[in-house]
Amino acid sequence: MGVVTTSLESMVNWARTRSMWPMLFGLACCAIEMMSAQASDYDLSRFGMELMRPSPRQSDLMIVAGRVSRKMAPVLRQLYDQMPDPKWVIAMGDCASCGGVFNNYAILQGVDEIVPVDIYVAGCPPRPEGLIHGIISLQEKVKGEKITRWS
Amino acid sequence: MNKHQTRAVEKIQKDFRASVEESRGEVALLLPPEAFIPAVKLLRDQYGYDLLILETAVDYWPQLEPRFHLVCSIWSVGDQDLLTLRVPLNGNSPSIPSLTSIHPAAGWYEREVWDMFGITFEGHPDPRRLIMPFDWEGHPLRKDYPLGYEEPQFTFNFDKISAGKPHPKE
Repeated sequence: MGVVTTSLESMVNWARTRSMWPMLFGLACCAIEMMSAQASDYDLSRFGMELMRPSPRQSDLMIVAGRVSRKMAPVLRQLYDQMPDPKWVIAMGDCASCGGVFNNYAILQGVDEIVPVDIYVAGCPPRPEGLIHGIISLQEKVKGEKITRWS
Repeated sequence: MNKHQTRAVEKIQKDFRASVEESRGEVALLLPPEAFIPAVKLLRDQYGYDLLILETAVDYWPQLEPRFHLVCSIWSVGDQDLLTLRVPLNGNSPSIPSLTSIHPAAGWYEREVWDMFGITFEGHPDPRRLIMPFDWEGHPLRKDYPLGYEEPQFTFNFDKISAGKPHPKE
């Protein structure tokens, strides 16, 4: 029985990692680096992220690229809630990870104040290779996930 | 100052008891608050200063008399000439008539000044906050508003700062 579940998990995780669709959430300067990672020279399509869906209902990875202001925070949480399970979040850049250079009243000090984050990518902005390293780390993380709910 | 600007400035000085400051070719007129609207109307109708470029405020706290200067720049497209008007305002939440009756472009500028400084504009058609969330308390660009920064989180104070931050419940 253990053999069946292990191979089932590995198959499910293989399918999830190889076809993760990111949701466009480029807010500020990190969005430019995310765009250039998606474009031809550093290609994200070779990892299965062929298209970036603007709709949260059809995506499973949210790359928060850029600083999140306090006015934008409820909007971000609403879009996160509209994504179906399973979903993952990458906090791209310094501002999404910890507030970055903006240590004041108007910017959220890290997007992990409102959504649970799986991978933090450092950089201001991170190079496309840095984002790709973050995505590969996320794939490694998903490969180690176990199926806990069988219903 | 060229001739056209000199004529306009002298007329405003005479009619509204304004004082003139000139610095590197740019002219600023200081007006009392009740003279603000009539002066702008006169400049638009008679002297051709018809484009509103700027309307902001400056906070001079801890000096309280005057605490704010409302700064307004108008541009004459026909003569390619800029004129700046400054209105000193006292007190913690001063109020001044709105410029939207003369220049409708002042709508969002005055919303921003209300949001950031707390200066109310009488007769404004849409007095809402522009930059901060609608239920924010306080006026951030005043000099006595706290910076709101968070202490940097190193390894030795990691748990202390982590306990003070909100964490999502999934």
